Formats: sequence, structure tokens, C-alpha cells
Amino acid sequence: MPAVASSDYVVIGGGIVGAAVSYGLARAGEKVLLLDEGDIAFRAARGNFGNVWVQGKGGTSPAYADLTRRAANDWADFARELEERTGQDLHFRRPGAFYICFSSEELQRRAETMARIDKSATVASPFEVLDRPELAKRLPEIGQDVAGATFCPSDGTANPLHLLRALISGTILLGGRYLPRQAALGLRADGQGVAIDTQAGIVNAGKVVLAAGLGNEKLAPQLGMSAPVRPVRGQIMVTEKIRPFLHFGTNFIRQTLEGGCLFGESSEDAGMDDATTLPVLKETARRAITAFPLLRNARVVRAWGALRIMTRDGVPVYQQSRSCPGAFVLSVHSGVTLAPFHCGAIVEALRAGVLDAGTFEPFSPERFHVQAA
Amino acid sequence: MFRLLEATGRPMTAIKVDGRTVQAEIGANLASVLLRAGFQPFRTTPVSGEPRMPYCMMGVCFECLATIDGITNCQTCLETVREGMVIERQLGASPIKPAGEGAP
Repeated sequence: MPAVASSDYVVIGGGIVGAAVSYGLARAGEKVLLLDEGDIAFRAARGNFGNVWVQGKGGTSPAYADLTRRAANDWADFARELEERTGQDLHFRRPGAFYICFSSEELQRRAETMARIDKSATVASPFEVLDRPELAKRLPEIGQDVAGATFCPSDGTANPLHLLRALISGTILLGGRYLPRQAALGLRADGQGVAIDTQAGIVNAGKVVLAAGLGNEKLAPQLGMSAPVRPVRGQIMVTEKIRPFLHFGTNFIRQTLEGGCLFGESSEDAGMDDATTLPVLKETARRAITAFPLLRNARVVRAWGALRIMTRDGVPVYQQSRSCPGAFVLSVHSGVTLAPFHCGAIVEALRAGVLDAGTFEPFSPERFHVQAA
Repeated sequence: MFRLLEATGRPMTAIKVDGRTVQAEIGANLASVLLRAGFQPFRTTPVSGEPRMPYCMMGVCFECLATIDGITNCQTCLETVREGMVIERQLGASPIKPAGEGAP
């Protein structure tokens, strides 16, 4: 196969994670090439809900709680810089969000979980536990059958499609290259760098970053790393555009700035099937109407499924190869929330050539080895 | 600007278009009747407020939306004329009806 391209950095995967790393590298003055698959790819970045979500994350990992909280705190500056550079409006808002509970037992469990996470995290993220009367003061449209909610002011929302477009166009504006329809077929260490087989030919990389979502599972072992991820399907539907009535985020319903309401909360093991199913959509709609009864008068105009990139514990995997130190793998399901981290601290670590243990040890896939338990 | 090329001989009925009474053939394509009646624009968009008119006339583009008999966001190109129909222009995003109203 002929060599068709080379770059100091090659990022494999043009989703929000790969595009954020590419953008950060290009912004730091590095020579970067972003390889994207074609439209047959399972594009989690184009099917996700768009929450910048903090509350409840990191229950098993204080490091992940801190990572999430820092990233959410950095989102406003991140958005401003990216918007100024690209002219894209990311529709970022941070009014806080409610996690809606349908029974008092659920609310109590939720409050306990939040308190436990808050104790172990070192970055502050306040929250409130609201019973129904208090919740109804803040959300007048809330349904009779809602027991209460936790509220966290750290949570926000963004338009994930605008974010993806901004990161890729920003990369290009800064001199990076974007090659779509160039799936990475195979990888091997080659002298000081990595050779990547694509349909068009060989791409040579000084350093390579795997951000290929579920595709990481097959790619990472080729360079002595591991990406134990599985697909977790989510199904989302969106309504016609409605005059704004919901000015806060919630765990499974949000109204976009343009007026459409998104509902989505399902988690299923469906293999690589990203279709929608009537029972799941029906249950999601039922719960949405229970939360906000006026939504019964909104018409759903589209529904879609997408596959989350889920590690066994829901915590990201960041790893550097021991056998090929110029190779790194990022496996994350929270690409929107963690975008500031991926184009900031991750990029600095890549440029330093080492994922320092202090920051990254909790995110090594070695935590899954039975010997580590 | 638009006119009927040939009459079909179907019975006529009176419908309300933005407060006016318009004579239309029962079963005729509603968007085409509205175009002939000079209903302009059909709506303004929820995002930019720009005026919009039918574009594809085949159910794809969602540009020809109007309020029909109190129901917002109806695709007029997929509707046919019924007796007593009331068509109103919608400006921007419509408010959602309260839980106690709307279809049972």
C-alpha cells in the first residue's frame, strides 16, 4: 500500500472526543490529521442528548467526579473561545438541572447517592433535595405524580451537533487536516511512530490517538492497549418546536433553545443494533408526560437510537501504550461534558508524551484486571 | 399568481383562511388552495422569525406549516379541503396547550 499522508499527530475518530483532541492539538500549534469513518459509522456524537451533566457522576470513582466537575466548570470559557474562533453558537447554557424522581424512595436513594459522591469529591458541586411542593415552585408545569427532584446548579446543556461542527471547523481553521471516509483498518508500531492502514493507503503518524468509540475495542490491542467497551443503546425522540416552557435541564427531558423537546433515558444492551423500538419509545413518552403533563399536547417529529461507548464501570478509559509510547486510547461516553478536558489537559499530556500517573492512573484500563481488585 | 388549470367539477365548500372566507373544492390539496387564495406567508419560523411558504409540496420540507382547526404545525401540503376548515397563520413557535386541554 502506498503512503498517502503523514502527520505528527493522527487522531482516529471524528466524533466529539476525537474532534476535541484535534482542536486542542491544532490550537497548541501541532500538526494534526483527523481521520473519520464514513456515514456507515456508529456515530454516538450525532445521536446524543447534549447534556453537560455533573450530578450523580463518579459514584464509584472520586477521580471521575472531580474530572466531570472541573470540565463542567471550564465549559463556559471553552465555549466562548470556540465560538469566537468559529462563529458557531454552541447553545451552551448552565441553568442547573433537576433529576426527577417518581417515588419518595427513589428521591431518598438519590439524595443519599448525591451526598456520598459529594463527600468523596474534592471539587465542589452543590445540590439540593426538593420535595414536590418545593419543586412545583421552581417548575410550575411539573406533574402530580412526581415525588421530587435533586437540583444541581453545575449541570448545563449544549447543542452537540453545533459542538461537533465547531470542533472540526476549528481544527481546519487552525491548520489541521480532516479526512472523512478514511476508516482506520489496521495499526502497527513503525519505528518511532505508528503506521495506519486506511482504504486510501498508509497514513504515518508520529503519535496516534484512538478516539474511535466502539471501534477502539478492535484497534487498541493492535498497539498493546485495551479498550473494554460495550454498546449501550439509548433511544431519543424530539418534538415539534414549542414556545419555551422548560428553562432548566432535567435528567431525561430538555427543551432546546430552538424549542424542540428531547426525551431520552433508555439504556439497553442491543448489540450493534441502533434502531428504535416502540415499547421503549412508549415508556419514555409515558414518563415524560408523567413529569410534565402538558407534553401530551406536543407532537413527536423524530426518534432515533444511538450506541453509547460504555466501559464496565462507566468511568472513562485513558491509556498510553507501554510497547508503543506514541499511542494513546480514549474511550469515553461523556464526550460533550468532558470536551474542555479533551482539548485541554489531555492535549498537554499528549504533547508531554506521557499520561502522568497523578491525573490518569484512576482511568487506566488496568483497574479492570482481577489482580488489581 | 397561482390559478387552477382545470376544474374537476367536485363540490365546493367555504373554508376560513386567516379570517377570510374562501371557496374551495372539497378534497383539493390544501396548500394549493392556500397559494391560490394568496395566503402569504404561510408562517414565520420559530428560530429566526423568517417568513416561509411551501417548497416541496410533497410532505418532506415542513415549510408549509399552518394551524388547522386549532392544531398547530400541520403540513398543509398533506391535507385536503374539508367542509368548515379553519386555517390560521402561525407566527414563531406556538405555545403548548395546558395539560387539561387538547386531544383526549
